[in-house]
Amino acid sequence: MTVTDEVSTGSTGGPREVGSARRRKEDQRLITGRTKWTDNIQLPGMLHIAMVRSPFAHARITHIDTSAAKSAPNVVTVLTGQEVSEEQGVLANAWPITPDQVAPVHPPIAVDRVTFAGEVVAVVVARSAAEARDAAELVDVDYDELPAALDLKEAAEDKVLAHPDLGTNKSALWVFDSAEAGTGGAVDEAIDKARTDGIVLEREYRQQRLIPAFMEPRSVVVDPTGEQITMWSATQIPHILRYLLAATTGVSESKIRVIAPDVGGGFGGKLQSTPEEWITFLAARRTGRPVKYTETRSESLMAAHHGRDQWQRLTLAATKDGTVTGLKVDLLADLGSYVSLVGGGVPVLGAFMFNAIYKFPAYQFKVQTVLTNKAWTDAYRGAGRPEATFAIERLMDELAHELGVDPLEIREKNWIKHEEFPFTTVAGLEYDTGNYEQATAEAKRIFGYDELRAEQQRRREANDPVQLGIGVSTFTEMCGLAPSRVLGQLSYGAGGWEHASVRMLPTGKVEVITGASAHGQGHETAWSQIVADRLGVAFEDVEVLHGDTQISHKGLDTYGSRSLVVGGEALVKAADKVIEKARPIAAHLLEASVDDLEFKDGSFGVRGTDKGIAMADLAAAAFTGHNLPDGVEPTLDSDATYDPVNFSYPHGTHLCAVEIDTETGGLTMRKYTAVDDVGTIVNPLIVEGQLHGGLVQGIAQALFEEAVYDDSGTLVSASFVDYLVPTAADTISFDLGTSVTPSTTNSLGTKGVGEAGTIASTPAVVNAVVDALRPFGVSDVRMPCTPERIWKAIHTGGGTEPTEKDAMPHFDENDVADRTDGASA
Amino acid sequence: MIPAQFEYVAPTTVEDALAALAEGGEDAKVLAGGQSLLPVLRMRLNAPSLVVDLGRIESLRGVRDDGDAIVIGAMTTHSEVFHDPLVNEHATLLVKAIEQLADPQVRHRGTFGGALAHADPAGDLGAPVLAMGATFTIAGAGGSRTVAADDFFQGLLTTVIEDGELLTEVRVPKFTGWGAHYEKFVRVHHQWPIVAVAAAVRTEGGTIAEARVGLTNMGLTPLRARSVEAALAGQPATDEAVRAAAASATEGTHPPSDLNGDADYRRHVATVLTRRAVLAAAGA
Ligand SMILES: Cc1cc2nc3c(=O)[nH]c(=O)nc-3n(C[C@H](O)[C@H](O)[C@H](O)COP(=O)(O)OP(=O)(O)OC[C@H]3O[C@@H](n4cnc5c(N)ncnc54)[C@H](O)[C@@H]3O)c2cc1C
Repeated sequence: MTVTDEVSTGSTGGPREVGSARRRKEDQRLITGRTKWTDNIQLPGMLHIAMVRSPFAHARITHIDTSAAKSAPNVVTVLTGQEVSEEQGVLANAWPITPDQVAPVHPPIAVDRVTFAGEVVAVVVARSAAEARDAAELVDVDYDELPAALDLKEAAEDKVLAHPDLGTNKSALWVFDSAEAGTGGAVDEAIDKARTDGIVLEREYRQQRLIPAFMEPRSVVVDPTGEQITMWSATQIPHILRYLLAATTGVSESKIRVIAPDVGGGFGGKLQSTPEEWITFLAARRTGRPVKYTETRSESLMAAHHGRDQWQRLTLAATKDGTVTGLKVDLLADLGSYVSLVGGGVPVLGAFMFNAIYKFPAYQFKVQTVLTNKAWTDAYRGAGRPEATFAIERLMDELAHELGVDPLEIREKNWIKHEEFPFTTVAGLEYDTGNYEQATAEAKRIFGYDELRAEQQRRREANDPVQLGIGVSTFTEMCGLAPSRVLGQLSYGAGGWEHASVRMLPTGKVEVITGASAHGQGHETAWSQIVADRLGVAFEDVEVLHGDTQISHKGLDTYGSRSLVVGGEALVKAADKVIEKARPIAAHLLEASVDDLEFKDGSFGVRGTDKGIAMADLAAAAFTGHNLPDGVEPTLDSDATYDPVNFSYPHGTHLCAVEIDTETGGLTMRKYTAVDDVGTIVNPLIVEGQLHGGLVQGIAQALFEEAVYDDSGTLVSASFVDYLVPTAADTISFDLGTSVTPSTTNSLGTKGVGEAGTIASTPAVVNAVVDALRPFGVSDVRMPCTPERIWKAIHTGGGTEPTEKDAMPHFDENDVADRTDGASA
Repeated sequence: MIPAQFEYVAPTTVEDALAALAEGGEDAKVLAGGQSLLPVLRMRLNAPSLVVDLGRIESLRGVRDDGDAIVIGAMTTHSEVFHDPLVNEHATLLVKAIEQLADPQVRHRGTFGGALAHADPAGDLGAPVLAMGATFTIAGAGGSRTVAADDFFQGLLTTVIEDGELLTEVRVPKFTGWGAHYEKFVRVHHQWPIVAVAAAVRTEGGTIAEARVGLTNMGLTPLRARSVEAALAGQPATDEAVRAAAASATEGTHPPSDLNGDADYRRHVATVLTRRAVLAAAGA
């Protein structure tokens, strides 16, 4: 990757930190594990929790006998939902997407009914984790099984109710229509017209259910001793968590301190307020003792929130020359059994992105969110935008195929030209900068696009048993969540600003506090680089503190690729305030006029002289306060809270080549090229890391991962034996390139990168698979594109049936004959 | 993931281990490398009252030459077998299979005997030892007995090893000079095989003189594809001839259906992999 050198780094002119591939400060402790993960925390007298979870997807709890568990060795207490119903609080939904959204009350411990397999029904608190686990086996729960709403489409028809008392599974219908919003035309008119003289494509795609599968299972410790109740949690959102604990338990916010120590990944999966956190909080308050709960991997896969899970019905209208005239999107989104923290809002985050990089004149988006008796869904890397990108990028390939033109040509015909920025889209967003032509040209060059197309042609003509497929994804996304005003318009329960403080220590070192809560992203390194440039201090002299509400008292945490574009900008503003506070002190000490001062390389100099004073000396001067100008505060420390003016719109062109063994359906990735425009790059190493990880996660959706329930609602892919998370051994070396158009909405020019790889890669891979199979009449393969599905698609020319049928592994040979392939699209 | 409580002993001789097992009765469990047993205990799918760890019994470790065969101690790790010179010279098929078995961590812990005693139908060692006609030595209170590979695997996760018995060693006939290949079909590298085929082939000129073929995960136990072996004998090592012989690979198979594929798909894949394995083993 090339290091950008057109970066403006504020007032310093020395060697620049921003743009340099610094190794990450935090990696030694994170990689060796010699750090404070929540589960490493040991407190005197600490108790341990084991959960008793429902084996049924939907059942009435008729009786719970805890007597045997209560009398087991070293058991302190056993809690049931009935016993604590008054004091356990509820888990909130912070984003009611419509005023009439139907949302069941979500108790941390189920009270009289369980709504998915894995829901907590009783809690054992004991002196050791082993004793808690042993006693949990002794809790005797009687259930009356109820019919379970499992299939998303059937649930949308209210055939079986996930929550009988609500009378419907339909939670909310959220609509955006460009004609109503005044941002474009009427989509039905466009479709009607295309039916007479153009092209109409109607497709249905499935976004399978995924599991975030972060490396560190969730863990929580609560210490109720002392004035404040302290919660350590493996969370992405310590600040939001503190607020929600206060709001739902009646404990004063000022009495709660939340700490997210080092957190081992989240991918949205820890953007949640969890039953386990509320239960541990409750258990600690009840017992007056510190309490820990750490989930097992099985519990994590079963009961930490899942992601995606949509059916997408799409109608695209175009003229015969391939100019798109309208897009209509109709989604069903599976919420699972509760409307989680921002679960209902996930598809809405995609609502503005189906039109992607294109100039569609008319657009309509509808999502019906649906309750089912499965684990609840919420944000998973990309949240809404991967779904949107997948749909439109698959459709653009379909349109190209329909017209018999190259898929990049059809995209270019419809995309926003670089000279048209800033551009207001049919969804009403203003894209600030981008250059799709440049990213695409660079990607084609690195990929060797024309050569691979020629090879593909040769293989097709030779009937090669190994066919080559080339997939394209020219994506953009909206991230950097988010302008508070927009969030307000969308009825989201919080703002989208971020906070930063810069503390100048008397020894010349700098402490930076950020409200963004890193869980592996490398904030400590990137923030240090920004401050080093801004204040002219050494990279090593900057310490970045985060994730503790007592230290970082204000913040909105890390998700939605927001930390750098929002939190980084807050940091720049705070650093600039430090310089402004230092200026009068410098003038005073240099006996010069403020107007004659110039700040450069960490020092104030007097123009035209060799007199100067370094920031470290000014920090010391402020600390002693011995000699300050009259009326000047003896501190340089500064704070800033920044509310973004717009979303961030990274984009890129991703090209993927796969080889398909037509004899087995086996797939080998041959080449993957990604040219991303993430604006100004603060640290190329971190950007590459984010892209690598993101790409693998998106590729995993295309090829490997799926959370599958059997028809009684048991999660079958409940361990890493069946939920196939790829490892380094399953990936190839990616060819990355960059194309930089700095963002104009923040002073560093950055755009978010955390989710880009995941959002872009899934359709690139599936497009490549379908492209390889076009000669066999195949137009879709359902995700994950397993060898079996690919092979069957080749041999039936169609799609594939759902996997649910084979969900439970079985050996019954008579059962296998009737498997026939139905097209999924 | 905390197992239920159990007693633990780590004897240093087979005799002591057998005595401990006899005392523990049917609630006793043998621990080898723990790569299959520990997950089972931690998920509380099994709760033995006594675990007898074989890790300190030196006599169960290592590979020795025994004339027309090599003998592999039950506690020899996958990694040790993989690197052993005798195995590399006389039983290449094992090397080819172990190369693709799990990941380095598991190969350093998991044992040859443990994997075979566990008898997972998707285990990678069953088909090779079956194809090579190995014999198993099983020690019990009344002494040792030997069992042919054909009789060793009884069903899903079941072998002829009885409660109170131990697998001590496996005798693998020498296949010196034979070509070998293990064709394993997976979606991700660390996965158990969806289907795999083990082939050992002795060629004379361009002709297949003898072939041994074993199938992994095509039934409740590893299977030997005898009709393929018979059809291959005397055939030229060509794609066409081997393809025809491989067609009968699915005879008598009962493959499972699961998220990775249904039984019909597995049958189809088995024929393709059989052809590829045999051709690769024949060096064609
Ligand atoms: C992540 C992972 C991936 C894996 N992937 C694969 C793979 O791709 N292919 C594959 O083949 N295997 C795979 N395995 C399994 C691996 O090969 C195990 O090592 C093996 O199945 C069990 O061997 P072990 O020595 O660990 O036995 P243990 O787990 O200790 O024991 C297994 C069973 O055998 C019994 N047993 C062990 N030794 C004896 C003995 N001498 N006499 C009588 N009974 C005995 C035990 O009581 C227990 O029931 C994988 C394992 C893991 C953890």
